[in-house]
Amino acid sequence: MKLFRYFPVAVDSIAANKMRASLTMLGIIIGVAAVLTILGVGRGASANILDEVASQGTTRLTISPSTESEGEGAGAPVQTLTMGDVRALSDAAFHPDVVEVVPQYGGSIQLVAGSNNKQTRVTGTTADYAEVHRLEMAEGRFLTEDEIAQMSNVIVIGTVVATDLFERTQVVGESVRIDGEPFTVVGVLEESGNAGFGSNDDSGFIPIGAAHGRIFNVPRYRGEYIVTSVSANAVSEERVEAAELQIEQTLRLRHGLGADDDNDFTISTQASLLDTIGTVTSTLTLLLSSIAAISLVVGGIGIMNIMLVSVTERTKEIGLRKALGAHTSDVLLQFLIESLVLTLLGGLIGIAISYGLALLVQRIPNFPIDLLIGVDALILAVGVSAGCGLIFGLYPAMRATRLDPIEALRYE
Amino acid sequence: MADSSALIDMQNISKVYQMGETKVLALNGVSLSIEAGEYVAIVGTSGSGKSTLMNIIGLLDSPTEGVFQIRGHRANGLTGRQLADLRNREIGFVFQQFNLLARAAAWRQVELPLFYANVARGTARERALEALAQVGLAERADHKPEELSGGQQQRVAIARALVNRPSLLLADEPTGALDTRTGEEVMALFEKLHEEGLTLVIITHDQEIAERAHRVITMRDGVIVSDSDAATATASGFRNGLSGTAPAPLPRPVAIEQDKEKMYEAV
Repeated sequence: MKLFRYFPVAVDSIAANKMRASLTMLGIIIGVAAVLTILGVGRGASANILDEVASQGTTRLTISPSTESEGEGAGAPVQTLTMGDVRALSDAAFHPDVVEVVPQYGGSIQLVAGSNNKQTRVTGTTADYAEVHRLEMAEGRFLTEDEIAQMSNVIVIGTVVATDLFERTQVVGESVRIDGEPFTVVGVLEESGNAGFGSNDDSGFIPIGAAHGRIFNVPRYRGEYIVTSVSANAVSEERVEAAELQIEQTLRLRHGLGADDDNDFTISTQASLLDTIGTVTSTLTLLLSSIAAISLVVGGIGIMNIMLVSVTERTKEIGLRKALGAHTSDVLLQFLIESLVLTLLGGLIGIAISYGLALLVQRIPNFPIDLLIGVDALILAVGVSAGCGLIFGLYPAMRATRLDPIEALRYE
Repeated sequence: MADSSALIDMQNISKVYQMGETKVLALNGVSLSIEAGEYVAIVGTSGSGKSTLMNIIGLLDSPTEGVFQIRGHRANGLTGRQLADLRNREIGFVFQQFNLLARAAAWRQVELPLFYANVARGTARERALEALAQVGLAERADHKPEELSGGQQQRVAIARALVNRPSLLLADEPTGALDTRTGEEVMALFEKLHEEGLTLVIITHDQEIAERAHRVITMRDGVIVSDSDAATATASGFRNGLSGTAPAPLPRPVAIEQDKEKMYEAV
């Protein structure tokens, strides 16, 4: 095919002006590398978060009270999610798809051990919390059913709390004072390693009864202690939605909500969390890559500029080619393919650079995110750089075709 | 189609250039025919119309009026594409400044017309090397213009003009950029090619070069003022253009300067 015969011609004329060609390509190189790297970071970050979320179980539902205060009782919002609700939800007869309903009441409070003290988040909960939240133990064990029932003074702490209070993590059997009351450490949680999403390293867990009755001054609603949130598991990933509906029904009934009333609680599932995260990261990625894409446009204009200079410089060559029998389309294709080769080359170098960065990032130990460059991003990069070449090369190429061979041959 | 046996047949050709509001009559009713195998020089001062005549013969330009035929093909009214193809097939150009591509090897230069003639790559290279051998540069096929002398560069250009086996070689001041000795070499090459059967038209203002040709056509003010073509020269003295007497030199080039001031206003 004749089309391919223009490529060596283009390569020759680019090679004839290497310095200029590489400076011209720089815009495309930087643009493609920037867009690919940002897309890669975006994808890496979202993969990271998704992993994290998935590792915490995809069947989990979290029920939290709505914080907004609406309606007649304007003033302090009334917290209506209580231990009564937790007991009701635990009834498997009405909630066949819900298992392991776990109440939580948490707050920030001071822990004291010897002369050390530590402000941390302490959550009162039940034994199933470890199961629902997939907690791993480094030392000892989690709270037991008995301890929950007896509201024992026992505590499970994260590694950060352990090291801050005792300067070590093998602290099972040690005593910690909360608000003057001694609590025995029965377990230390496995370090989650990252300080970000869903880490329990800096927290403590005590029986819910102890938290409600002694540690926190917990208000009641209709005679029941309120909770800050309730976690539950659906029986399977497929039944998450069903579980959500069953919970919603019970809570609306118990809270006496009419048909027109909004829920005074929200149920979030891991799926809805994943959705939210996906939306946030893809919006951010889109925003950043559009900024990076500006450099592609700038690069393209650079290509156009140089191609225009090149057409002027090579006026005589164009005249000669026409005299030797070149059609208008021959001249058009020659210059179009030249700018296409320039931008494609720039695009490939840009791809190589972003891949190099991705490899580099992988080598850095404990770097929080990987750079993930997908095939779709590659196709996009090649397509965009080729498109740049064709769009920004078209005008100069058309200028070349309009030259009159007689005038062009006379041009000095 | 072919109603003339001549290679080039021009009937009453006129060419008018519009320059702003001024019309310039570059050719004024020129009739001319060139047979295959001729060796013709077209001479004239600048502004005489010889370049315009060359552009029309070379199919780079079309006449405003008159009929132009090359090897029986009527060139009037052809599209740019058809003209390009005809030019590619019929005409070999040699320019004063060689017009080689910077940085391309000699054989790549010579191959160029074949690229536009859609000749396959391998064949094209082969024929380019043949043409280079014809001008005595077989062993310089891989040299770039900056590695060649002026005379060698012009010979590369001649090989390029020959490579597609044109019916006419059109040379515009081919020795203008060369010293006398190399110029002589190039002329000798032309004459060798002519003896081998090539039709040669040289445009020049150099009297010495012109005198070597077998036929000299002199242009002035857009008309042919003399044509040494033996057949007609003896009969009338002038084959075309002004009849009988030698033309009186006109005071100005034939530019219909209707209103020179208007032209300046337009600028």
